[in-house]
Amino acid sequence: MREGMFRNISGCAISGIISRSGKRFSGKLIIDSISVMHERSNGLGGGFTAYGIYPEYKDYYAFHIFYDHRMAKKECEEFLEEHFDIINLSKIPTTKIPEIKDEPLIWRYFVTPLPTKLTDSQLDEREFVAKCVFRINTGIDGAYIFSSGKNMGVFKAVGFPEDVGRFYRLEEYEGYSFTAHGRYPTNTPGWWGGAHPFALLDYSVVHNGEISSYDANRRAIEMYGYKCTLQTDTEVITYIIDYLHRKIGLTLKEICSVIAAPFWSTIEGKPQKEREELEYLRNVFDSKLITGPFSIIVGFEGGIMALNDRLKLRSMVVGEKDDMVYVASEEAAIRVIQNDLDKVWAPKGGEGVIVTLEERKV
Amino acid sequence: MAVDYIYPDYEIIRDYDRCIACRVCERQCANEAHEYLSDSKKMIADNAKCVNCHRCVSLCPTRALKIVKSDHTFKENANWTGKSIKEIYKQAGSGGVLLSSMGNPENYPVYFDKILLNASQVTNPSIDPLREPMETRVFLGAKPDRIERDEKGRLKKNLPPHIMLSMPIMFSAMSYGSISYNAHESLARAAAHLGILYNTGEGGLHEDLYKYGKHTIVQVASGRFGVHTTYLNSGAAIEIKMGQGAKPGIGGHLPGAKIVGDISKTRMIPEGSDAISPAPHHDIYSIEDLKQLVYSLKEATGYTKPVIVKIAAVHNVSAIASGIARSGADIIAIDGFRGGTGAAPTRIRDHVGLPIELALASVDKRLRDEGVRNNVSLVVGGSIRSSADVVKAVALGADCVYIGTAALIALGCHLCRSCQTGKCNWGIATQREDLVKRLNPNLGYKRLINLLTAWQHEIKEMMGGMGINSIESLKGNRLMLRGVGLNEKELEILGIKHAGE
Amino acid sequence: MKKSWKYWVSSMQENDNKQRCGGEKLKRVYVNEKWCLGCHLCEYYCAFASSNEKDMARALKDIRISPRIRIEEMDGISFAVSCRHCSEPLCVKGCITGAMTKKDGVITIKKDKCIGCYTCILCCPYGAVSPSEDGAIQKCELCIKTNSGVPKCVEGCPNGAIVFEERGE
Repeated sequence: MREGMFRNISGCAISGIISRSGKRFSGKLIIDSISVMHERSNGLGGGFTAYGIYPEYKDYYAFHIFYDHRMAKKECEEFLEEHFDIINLSKIPTTKIPEIKDEPLIWRYFVTPLPTKLTDSQLDEREFVAKCVFRINTGIDGAYIFSSGKNMGVFKAVGFPEDVGRFYRLEEYEGYSFTAHGRYPTNTPGWWGGAHPFALLDYSVVHNGEISSYDANRRAIEMYGYKCTLQTDTEVITYIIDYLHRKIGLTLKEICSVIAAPFWSTIEGKPQKEREELEYLRNVFDSKLITGPFSIIVGFEGGIMALNDRLKLRSMVVGEKDDMVYVASEEAAIRVIQNDLDKVWAPKGGEGVIVTLEERKV
Repeated sequence: MAVDYIYPDYEIIRDYDRCIACRVCERQCANEAHEYLSDSKKMIADNAKCVNCHRCVSLCPTRALKIVKSDHTFKENANWTGKSIKEIYKQAGSGGVLLSSMGNPENYPVYFDKILLNASQVTNPSIDPLREPMETRVFLGAKPDRIERDEKGRLKKNLPPHIMLSMPIMFSAMSYGSISYNAHESLARAAAHLGILYNTGEGGLHEDLYKYGKHTIVQVASGRFGVHTTYLNSGAAIEIKMGQGAKPGIGGHLPGAKIVGDISKTRMIPEGSDAISPAPHHDIYSIEDLKQLVYSLKEATGYTKPVIVKIAAVHNVSAIASGIARSGADIIAIDGFRGGTGAAPTRIRDHVGLPIELALASVDKRLRDEGVRNNVSLVVGGSIRSSADVVKAVALGADCVYIGTAALIALGCHLCRSCQTGKCNWGIATQREDLVKRLNPNLGYKRLINLLTAWQHEIKEMMGGMGINSIESLKGNRLMLRGVGLNEKELEILGIKHAGE
Repeated sequence: MKKSWKYWVSSMQENDNKQRCGGEKLKRVYVNEKWCLGCHLCEYYCAFASSNEKDMARALKDIRISPRIRIEEMDGISFAVSCRHCSEPLCVKGCITGAMTKKDGVITIKKDKCIGCYTCILCCPYGAVSPSEDGAIQKCELCIKTNSGVPKCVEGCPNGAIVFEERGE
């Protein structure tokens, strides 16, 4: 049994750090943060997303791919060559450590869609890339693209997150934001692709919780061409955010009002304009409401967003120091890397904390 | 002829030690099954007249009455049941089509009873509806597939007309004529109080009930009875009735005897004339014709009201629904083969159609597969018996359910299935003045409110158990369902796993 | 004939309101002929209430009941009649022994004082007072002397045609 063949319920630890000024810092910081929450993981999954780590290739999609065997690699590379211009390819550098075993082949490609293929597809560039990722992940046995955005990358494995960080030599990368995940699944995943973060294009999600709306959300999002192959909450949440943000064009704040919508009783107390807008969002995007416990950190190009479910059934704390913003399941995971905080608070259920680079607006 | 004599199916048993001969049974039986013998000061009963409606049993102040199934029997035969034999006697005697009322009583599988719900343990907390908000509000209508913004970047309200309900339940279509004015008034007042909708059925809308228009679905059926511009504009939504679960492919026939007074006026047909609704709409012989009627009704109401298209669940229901979803309809109502009726040919009622559970599962899946699920909302009816059925229907993919029989039972119906006689002792399926007054809407509407308030609370508890605090997260959430004792094919159609999986 | 009966019913209700709402706020029995089915159950429940038996069959088996509420019916209209507990009760005025009194809005009888002169029966414009089997008279006392809580006729009416409520003007 491997991830995707059954529904694997998990408890978790999450952590995220961003520099609002866009200053790049080492991945060591996020490893230090997540390792404090060792007890919240059980060694069956850990991972990181790092933004701003490939400035020299920032105009190219960085595909991180797990291959189960050489045949899969061959088949996948044929597909990539057919659809993309491959600018660079290499193994992702790792360090062998006893804690991390059974690694698949892990490769990285910097690519850009072939102009003719893109034109023929009549899709915009990002949709073309997303479609290709789905084709590979569902069509090529043994190949799995687990990261596909520009100037960002996901690094994940079966193991405790601090070991996964060491394995991928994360301290050697510098980025303006990082998120991390330590997993406590109830079942053995047995497959690296099942570890988190989950990412599509530059959207990545780390998530702690078990959503009760899973199948309602899954069936709704699959109507728009997404395929939920992993049966995990993180996967469906990522697709919902991708759909609402990239395809529909909602702002992140509006997305919070959809997926962790305020209660009707709260909406009724709002001024008319706001009330009508919230009612509209809940009505039109009803099947994208996510219920049940979750705390998530969504990473995207130029920012992060932290959000709790509407009842706040999972812990999540935010801290600020100068231009740095920290988010974690536990305050200790922030204090360990920055004890001198200007501000620290626990956001309310449904209250999204959106942090973007100063020169950007989303 | 002697052969025509059929021993009554039910017997009235009177405990003479308890009977005080108050004669309430006699006064209350419209079938005249009870009689007082003044010389012996004793009550007697004629079982042959009894329809087993329990009016006398319920009103007997000393609890001296009960109705039992007769043990009179034919020689046992697993093939030729007593029922089959008796039906042949009746038809050989009369030469007529057998008539029945209310929903299919035969022993077909009830899929709702073979589906179990989930609840949270450990990994995800259950939610107590008494402590935390628990939301059951639903919207019905098409949803836009893109957003629009004004020059300031604010979201434009590009929503097509829709209706808002406090819970995913509405009262299904039952016409004024098939049921009494008092039954209609009870439904209308209860719907208004509960924040839901009731449905006029094909009988027009009595002028006194226009004031409940915001909570009314006005129906347009093949006979077009009682349809005029004011009627169409008085409701919150318009329903085109293409079919009914109890009698797919069959029209309606309200005998002239019932077309009296206000009913004749409301239906806009002369007193005493039969009200015959044709089997098809004679302006709809195909899907493109339906589209024209949908848009005619939208034109007539200035595109301010959602249009519902109601169909009976038949074998190719998903293809039909998929066509309707592309025909301008905002809501599709599907009526399962157990749905009720005031009168239907027995063979049609008992042998035509599909269980609503299967129809719903297959329609919801088809609409999603084709990416048109958001074009329409889905309302299902045809024997929703409890809040658990509601929860299961919503989890299978329904936006809302219609209840008809359950509402009538709340008003006093005892399911004696004799509506076609017009002598309903409970004042529901009758137009006889002395019987109609037996249903006091001041009491009736409160009973309907009680029923649905109780159901709503139960729905909240079941949702809370699953860790869901808003009904939209239940809709189509089939992982919350497991089948018991169902075969692979049934599970596949329902789109659910077997218990234990 | 028909007209006069209907007239009687409506004038009685009108009179009812005048008589009873003389500033007194009290729960009383009100009857609505619109919902009266003429089933006569109120009569039996009344007779049962005043029997002080636990079981209705035992109380009323093989007897001719003499209830304090009676159904009047004609031409398909039926209507339960019982004491209106008038604000200016003629029966109390007429009683020569002081057996009929009004306390807290309820007109009651002290049986031991009643000498059975039947003046009250003659005075009552509604026919709500009648002779009783024990020589005195009887009338509806809103079940205050029984253990029923609410008047039994109200409880037993299957159609809400008899209600026990406070109505102000």
